[in-house]
Order: sequence, then C-alpha cells, then structure tokens
Amino acid sequence: MSELLVQVVGSLVVIVALLTGMAYMTWFERRVISRLQVRIGPNRVGPTGLAQPIADALKLFFKEDVQPSMADRFLYPLAPGISLVAALAAFAVIPVGPMLTIGGQSINLIIQDLPVAVLYLVGISSIGVYGVVLGGWSSGSKYSLLGALRGSAQVVSYELVLGLALVGVVLVSGTMSVAQIVDEQSHFGPLVILQPLGFLLYFIAAIAETNRAPFDLPEAEQELVAGYHTEYSGFRFALYYIAEYVNVLTVSAIAATLFFGGWLAPFGLLNGPWWLLIKMAFFAFVFVWLRATLPRLRYDQLMRLGWGLLLPLALLNVLVTAVLVVALSTNG
Amino acid sequence: MLDGVRNLALGFWTVLRHAGQPATTVPYPEVKRDLPAAFRGRHRLYRHADGLERCIGCELCAGACPSSAIYVQAADNDQAHPVSTGERYAEVYEINMIRCIFCGFCEEACPVDAIRLGPEYELADFERGSFVYTKDMLLDPEKFAPARQYHADVDEKDPELRREIPVDEDLGEVYRQHRPLG
Repeated sequence: MSELLVQVVGSLVVIVALLTGMAYMTWFERRVISRLQVRIGPNRVGPTGLAQPIADALKLFFKEDVQPSMADRFLYPLAPGISLVAALAAFAVIPVGPMLTIGGQSINLIIQDLPVAVLYLVGISSIGVYGVVLGGWSSGSKYSLLGALRGSAQVVSYELVLGLALVGVVLVSGTMSVAQIVDEQSHFGPLVILQPLGFLLYFIAAIAETNRAPFDLPEAEQELVAGYHTEYSGFRFALYYIAEYVNVLTVSAIAATLFFGGWLAPFGLLNGPWWLLIKMAFFAFVFVWLRATLPRLRYDQLMRLGWGLLLPLALLNVLVTAVLVVALSTNG
Repeated sequence: MLDGVRNLALGFWTVLRHAGQPATTVPYPEVKRDLPAAFRGRHRLYRHADGLERCIGCELCAGACPSSAIYVQAADNDQAHPVSTGERYAEVYEINMIRCIFCGFCEEACPVDAIRLGPEYELADFERGSFVYTKDMLLDPEKFAPARQYHADVDEKDPELRREIPVDEDLGEVYRQHRPLG
C-alpha cells in the first residue's frame, strides 16, 4: 500500500515537474534563441519575460477548440493526448537521484525501476508517433496528412538508429534497467567515454524523434503550415506543444542518464538530482543551439542521412561493441 | 566528410559567438531609434519668425499629392491683418492621414517651404475622424494634435523646429512674387 502511495506521489511530482519544466523550457528556448540571433526576446511579462509561459498557457486555455467538419470524431480529440501521455510516460524509468531515507523508510527516486527499462523507452517513443500520425490523419486536411506522412517515415527511419545506439549501452553495461546503468557508471565513469559514437547517434536520432530542428519536417511551417497539428487549436494544440517540449526534456534526461551518469556528480562532487538537472539543461541548450544553427533537412537528405549514414554506423557500433565486450570479458 | 564536419563546427561556433554581442533590436516603446534627418513622418506647417504663416494657399501641394490627401481652400489676405506673407492664405488646410502615403511630394512641390514632413511616426488612433488634420493641428501639433498622436520626445528631435528661418530667406522666384506685403 505504502509503496503504491509512494509511486502515485512520485508520478504526480514528476508530472508537475515536467509540465513546469516544459513551460520554462519554452521560455528558455525563446530567450536563448533570441540571444543567439542577437535579439532581446520575450521581456514583457514579468522580469525578463519569466511569466510568459503562464500568459501563454492562459491564452491557450481560453481559445476556442475548433474541430474541422472533415475530422474524425473519435481520433481527432484523442491524438494530442496520446502524444502527451507517451511523452510523460517515458520519464517513469529515469532515476532522478540516489536512494532516499525518510523516517526509516527508504524511497527510490525513480517511479518504476523496470528490468527492461531501455526497451520500454524505445517502445514509448514509438507510441508517441501515433499521436503525430493519428492527429495528422484524423484532421481531414492535406497539410496535416502530409505532415503525418513525413512524421511516420522519419520516426520509422530514426527509431532504428535510436534503438541500435541504445543496444551499445546495454551491451557495455550488461543490463536494461536504467537505475542499474547509472549504478554501473558510478564504478566505471560515464558511458559516453566507452560509447562516444553511440551517444552521437542517439542524440541525432533523438532530435529526429522529437521532431525538432533540423529534423522538423513534419511541422515545416514554410510548406505545411504547421504539419500534423495544422487544424488543432486551443488546448488540444497546447497538448501537442507540451508534448514536444516534454519530449525534449525527456530525451535530454535519457541522454544525461544513459551516457553521462544521470544524477552522478563528476569529479567526486556531491551526488544528487541537481546534477541530472544541470546535464538536462545543457542538452536543452544544445537543442536550442541546433535550432538556431541548422537549416531544415530536405526529405531525401533526411532519408539518406538516416538509412545511408546513421544506420550503418549504428550497426558498426553494435558490432564493434559486442566484439570488444566478448573479447574483454573472456580474457578478463 | 572531414571538411563537412569542420564547416559544421564553424557554423555552430559562429552562432554561439553571436550570443555575446549586444542585441541589435531595441525594446521599442521605451527605447526609440534615432531617425535619419530626412525621415518623412507627420507633416507640419511652418511660420515665419515674425509669426506669419508661410503657406500662401497656392494648392500646389494638393495638386502634387498622388493620393489626393490634401485639401486646401485659399482666401484673400486682409491687408491690415495678414495671416500669411502672400496675397492669399490657406483658409482651410486639411490632410487626410489615412490616405497619406508619406511620399513627401507636397514638401517638394511647396514653393515657400511651408510644409515639411517631420519625424513623428506614431500616428495610430481609434477613430477615423482623428486622422483628418486641420490647419491648427499642422501648425501647432503641440497644442492641437490628437493626444495619442503627439509625442513631445519625438518632435523635439526635429532639427527643423530649432532652425531659425530668416524672414527674407531667398526661396526663389515664386516666393518673391508672393511677398508683396513684406
């Protein structure tokens, strides 16, 4: 009973933290990208625009929820929810800190320490695609459909790379539990040292999975209006928006946890959740930096990069890692 | 391949480097950029130093206006109490600012330099009526312009306002002909 309570409370805390984090991720992105583009950025609502996310949320809450007459009655309202749930659910297996002891009871700072957590992460990220695909298809609009088509093709291509990049991590650490992977890293240092190529591949594929620039073809505003969420307005649009930014946070957290030791502190400093936050903030910055720097890929370039370069590299990475792991473990 | 990576890194560095620069944009309503001297904003009618209006009611500005925004109705000057330096003066002088395209042709057409386009550009308002500028508004915007459309700080920057225009400034043949009173 008390374990269930801890899990429920933990989930609520994580969800609230993610939603708050997402709100300030939008603020962070807009401020940072305006610095990179030599602008000032939002500075009207609150000091340095800090209340801007609240104003945005209020605006989206009070907007009309328009449903196109050609839209699918059942799937159209459902699709944004799928996106958001998938985005939030991925965080369940990410440990945010070391074991905590309160009043004689030890609390694991992870919602559910799944033994197949890595598999779960890959699976959840594929479910998130349904939000994009169904949203685009059920809108009954050509732009939405084209966006959804691109989204599905892109995710199918890059999911392979994403999965294979994580296979390297699993091979090296010998476990699929994220908590244990972090544990391994406390002994041998961050996995990025052993898996630099794996990390690079993971990060590129993760950007494509989150539909962020330069892989934002599914919502390319110059050609597809807004891609799969063209027809969405009001709070359903906000759900997509939230999902995108929660995904950025989640992907940053996964990168930080699997490759950079999560809440483990570098150089023997004090361990704690703040290190996960610092690492996530760094990756969030990289996401914004990428968006400020790179132009969007053309569709054929996207496919060539995914299948022609990243997938062979990922396979090579798995092969070399597997051979080395076997060779070293039999010798040692 | 290696070249591509190098170029990529260069691009990322270029973007990052710009973050250190001061922003090129300004927080607009609080900070206003300095305008070039030749900026064509709201019109202003000018007077001579002795208080007489420069406008002689010739209607050349109205003729030059490509959007027919200017309406001038001239009347003869009372010789004892002249309004302008010419034989005639503008009894009614109106500019419809909704029609005006700020081309400055009126300024160029004016033989007596009576109308000039100033630096004021914040001319938004809520009612159509407040965009038809009468002669009073154009002569003394400080007093008569719609409150929303007059900003002392902008008008202060008009170099033309501080220039002392000599009464007998030679402005050409037409001007001399229209100074029988002087």
